[in-house]
Amino acid sequence: MSFPWAKNYEPQQPLMKWLDEKLPLPRLVYNAIGAGYPVPRNLNYFWNFGVLAGVALVIQIVTGIVLAMHYAANAGVAFNSVEHIMRDVNAGWFIRYAHMNGASMFFIVVYLHIFRGLYYGSYKAPREMVWLLGVVIFLLMMATAFMGYVLPWGQMSFWGAQVITGFFSAIPVVGDPIRVWLLGGFAPDNAALNRFFSLHYLLPFVIAGVIILHIWALHIPGSSNPTGIEVKDEQDTVPFHPYYTAKDGFGVGVFLLIFVALTFFSPNLLGHPDNYIQANPLSTPAHIVPEWYFWPFYAILRAFTFNFLWIDAKLWGVIAMFAAIALLFFLPWLDSSPVKSSNYRPLYRIFFWILMADIVLLAVCGMKPAEQPWVIFSQIGAAYYFAHFLIILPIVSRIERPLPMPNSITEAVLAKHADTSSAATA
Amino acid sequence: MVRPLGFLVGLGFIAALVCAILTTPLKNEPNASHEFHKHPRHLALSSDGLFPHWDKAKLQRGLQVYKEVCSACHSLHLVAFRDIGDLGYTEGQVKSFAKSFQVPSINPDTGEPATRDGLSSDYFPSPYANDVAARAANNNALPPDLSLITKAREGGKDYVYSLLTGFQNPPANLPKELQPATGLHFNPYFANLNLAMAPPLKDGQVTYADGTKSTVNQMASDVSAFLVWTAEPKLVKRVQVGWAAFLFLLIFTGLTYMSYRNIWADKKH
Repeated sequence: MSFPWAKNYEPQQPLMKWLDEKLPLPRLVYNAIGAGYPVPRNLNYFWNFGVLAGVALVIQIVTGIVLAMHYAANAGVAFNSVEHIMRDVNAGWFIRYAHMNGASMFFIVVYLHIFRGLYYGSYKAPREMVWLLGVVIFLLMMATAFMGYVLPWGQMSFWGAQVITGFFSAIPVVGDPIRVWLLGGFAPDNAALNRFFSLHYLLPFVIAGVIILHIWALHIPGSSNPTGIEVKDEQDTVPFHPYYTAKDGFGVGVFLLIFVALTFFSPNLLGHPDNYIQANPLSTPAHIVPEWYFWPFYAILRAFTFNFLWIDAKLWGVIAMFAAIALLFFLPWLDSSPVKSSNYRPLYRIFFWILMADIVLLAVCGMKPAEQPWVIFSQIGAAYYFAHFLIILPIVSRIERPLPMPNSITEAVLAKHADTSSAATA
Repeated sequence: MVRPLGFLVGLGFIAALVCAILTTPLKNEPNASHEFHKHPRHLALSSDGLFPHWDKAKLQRGLQVYKEVCSACHSLHLVAFRDIGDLGYTEGQVKSFAKSFQVPSINPDTGEPATRDGLSSDYFPSPYANDVAARAANNNALPPDLSLITKAREGGKDYVYSLLTGFQNPPANLPKELQPATGLHFNPYFANLNLAMAPPLKDGQVTYADGTKSTVNQMASDVSAFLVWTAEPKLVKRVQVGWAAFLFLLIFTGLTYMSYRNIWADKKH
């Protein structure tokens, strides 16, 4: 792929030469994440999160496979089998807490990865396909996380499954039969638990496959960068290895420090106490909340309380919640500004930060019970969310006057260093 | 095409939300029980924080309170007798403790249901044959299993401790509909204020082997500490392993940072 100055793989050892002729796997790795992939030299720490998401997926797969060796997907024993892992399996408490908090860490880094894409316009041409595949990965992650949360068969598992599968019953006419078909019964039970376990085991490998496509699509134009200016010549880039392997190594260290602190010192911080009560179809928890990474979408779902245009409020909520994610697929075409980086987009940058505040507000609303003032906050927050993407962003990209931009990445880097050195002398 | 359509879709959602805002009442329905509900009081234990350890004497006292008081109604089905070796008992003591319980069994000659002396490998037996029997004996309320109780309630150990010490006469201004019905007991730490469990502890109820004075407060604190252990027997080990992992990673991250700076030393970025 990519730039003419990309280094070529030249195996030195006889074994590697032999391997390169028969199956050029080392060449593939060299060109994908080795010295054969030229990367802009000016990436900041926000470009670490893609690699971190990959690390998080590997941790989830490894811990998950070990958990599956001890877990029993049967509604009668699932809850106790998790406690068996916590009490009797050697280091089972560690594997289980790592998997549980690993899901949260995965979402934290993926959200930061997405927000980086929004701020620096990584979704724009020529990287639309990278973005589209990323949204697919995000959807798959949400499905996987939801089904994983059902497996311990606690109260929130059961009632979460009840609420989420209830979305399908909002579909007119065929909704209820679809829901029964998906669950394998009239309520979540053994059939649902078994299929969720099966899919929860399958989907991470589908995610891994889509990640390969995501990286493949990325390698055609090459990585974007904080200026949003495309690479022009060799001095704009450095080889991925050793420059970014070293920087990502440091990023992985910081990621693991936070992960370890969460897993060992406060493993239930992000969980819900009700999930330590075994699932009971006859007792509904006082208020049902999903995991934190679903809070903003849960708030959008609950914001719709009015049967507008003869469409049921519940159906509005479900449509809006899915639309809130689906609209990301259209983002490359909603934003028509040719300037990628918000560093040069004074107007868009303001709305980007308002959007971030709006998402935090929605998250808080999703966590709180459906009481005032949280209901009205979630309604305002949801309205702003849609307004941002569907109304404000297309208008801003048309009327905005971008700031003057440097001619190349190298020029931007050198200007930055000239600034800091003159500031130091002054 | 995308932008005009998106514009219309956006207007549709916003219109639906504006209608929702205009039709949703801004006042919450009054909930008087909120006013009388209290947040749990804090209980400091040696198993708290970043440098926890088990206070074994306290856990042994807590086990005694569980056995002599709580186990009359509450099961502890995730805990085996062998586990209490962690509380500082010898193997012989664990065996004789297990033997003091009768566990369900089958008569080897007739196949009829029977009971036998407990073994170290047995789990704490349930006080009732089944949930129906438990409800029948408790005014139709089911006493929850206590194995995970300090992880399964908002407030954890603080909640358990506050609940056990929080029984009191209802305040004079308590509305009529919140007054405890027959067989219920007022407790401001319980979500709906009225609890089927009668106050379980009285001063001097158990005689501690180590001579500690058995006040209600002492027993509630001891049994809460014990239930922290039953909910997570690996808690202390978890934090210790955590420190080892954290310190290792701190050094690892320091090294990766230095190698990052070293590799980039000649590149402006």
